[in-house]
Amino acid sequence: MVHFSVPKIPGSEITPKEAYVSRRTLLAAAGMALGAGFPAGGRAAQPERARSHFSTDEAPTSLGDITSYNNYYEFGTSKSDPKAHAGGLTTRPWTVKVDGLVNRPAEYQLEDFIKPYTLEDRIFRHRCVEAWSMVIPWVGIPLAEVLKRADPQGSAKFVAFKTLVRPSEMRGQAGLFQTLDWPYVEGLRLDEAMHPLATLAVGLYGETLPNQNGAPLRLVLPWKYGFKGIKAIVGIRLVEQQPPTSWNNQAPHEYGFYANVNPQVDHPRWSQATERVIGSGFFGRRKPTLMFNGYGDQVAGLYSGLDLRASF
Amino acid sequence: MRMPVLACYAAGFLPLIWTAFLAVTDGLGADPVLELEYRLGLWALRLLILGLSITPLRQLAGVNLLRFRRAVGLLAFYYVLLHAAAYAILDQSLDWAAIGANILNHLYLTIGFVGLLLLVPLAVTSNRYAIRRLGNRWRGLHKLVYVVAALAAVHFLLSVKSWPMEPVIYAAIVAGLLLCRIRLQRRREKQSSASAAVDERHSGVSSVRPPLPSRRTA
Repeated sequence: MVHFSVPKIPGSEITPKEAYVSRRTLLAAAGMALGAGFPAGGRAAQPERARSHFSTDEAPTSLGDITSYNNYYEFGTSKSDPKAHAGGLTTRPWTVKVDGLVNRPAEYQLEDFIKPYTLEDRIFRHRCVEAWSMVIPWVGIPLAEVLKRADPQGSAKFVAFKTLVRPSEMRGQAGLFQTLDWPYVEGLRLDEAMHPLATLAVGLYGETLPNQNGAPLRLVLPWKYGFKGIKAIVGIRLVEQQPPTSWNNQAPHEYGFYANVNPQVDHPRWSQATERVIGSGFFGRRKPTLMFNGYGDQVAGLYSGLDLRASF
Repeated sequence: MRMPVLACYAAGFLPLIWTAFLAVTDGLGADPVLELEYRLGLWALRLLILGLSITPLRQLAGVNLLRFRRAVGLLAFYYVLLHAAAYAILDQSLDWAAIGANILNHLYLTIGFVGLLLLVPLAVTSNRYAIRRLGNRWRGLHKLVYVVAALAAVHFLLSVKSWPMEPVIYAAIVAGLLLCRIRLQRRREKQSSASAAVDERHSGVSSVRPPLPSRRTA
């Protein structure tokens, strides 16, 4: 069901075969092909990137901490499970389907999905709903670009995202004890999704995204709790009604659709007023949590008139 | 007789020594404070479970660990204290206002705190002097440990997202041990009332119950 139509290309625009073959060899040799053809677990440096002006100046959390302390229930409920068990996930080839209320629905190979855009270094604060935080140097593209390419129809009001289901490689999706319904699903209002901070990440610390961090493609929404950042995305669908979201389905009174970072609205079972800063060791003090995780200047306007206590 | 109990204490502190070793060698991962709280709390719960297992083990499997029970109970208390200290000192940096608000506003912390408070009188009376002094009341007081174990299991369940396997399994074990205890208690009551009845019939002293009608008189 591929609706993406190839535009007519004049002969002068077509690259001769020997030219692109040699270019590919170069890219591969430089290890710049987004991990394509690299052994599982190997990380490849990414091509030239731009630095996002949204990046924070705060010192990033260490790569070791970012890649060993993950919530990714497809691989188990323990923080160490993703690093231990995500290595076997096949991320190439990878297909992403963009459909729903769009004029240009398409199914892309990941390389084609990303190719038109310049990758950006985006160093964002990351706040987990469990009251810990990191600073993460992502590499990614604005979600808005991808949505614009799909050309949303007037009736599209929300964006629904879907994670891969592959129990043979995602051990948390198999077995008796299932913590969530699969696939993991997430959603945004269309205006939230179009916000320039909303990012589709493909890399970390200038290299290919490790599997435990959501490779090959994940959502990053720095003003929302981490669980909104859906990983291993295979589907993006424009819809009219607010789509179901995984943690909201699991416990509606604990995890809202919006899930904006908000120190004034506690999780029913624990406080959201402060956060433990990962990497600060035994004696690092908790940090006060900021409204919208400190991105209020950029995103507060999205929620004017919304009761953030009711729509948490 | 004394050495094995000392050995029980020594063994009981091994997890603490191991955890301390991991802490100083950067072995507790990216979030060492949470990991420390978790490990200390988990050992407290395990020791509470071990303490609750001693009577069923003796009655159902014939394994007698009775003389280690005090040590196991006190070790559980020490781990609970360390768990709470890690929370207050390392996690909350002794911000008493925040600690108080958390305990009042968040059920899992309220439950954990109540469990800690209930253990204090048990620890204080875990000695021969208190046993002699309290007499029959001592047994009643120490039945609080059932409540503490249940609180600890619920505290663990409520502290995590979703329903991961580990706290669910611990809660099931605690529930199983409590049910087992209730059944043993019922059986004991039945046996003692039955044997009391037998005693009465044989001694002929008691006249509380009317004598059973015999075949001959019927």
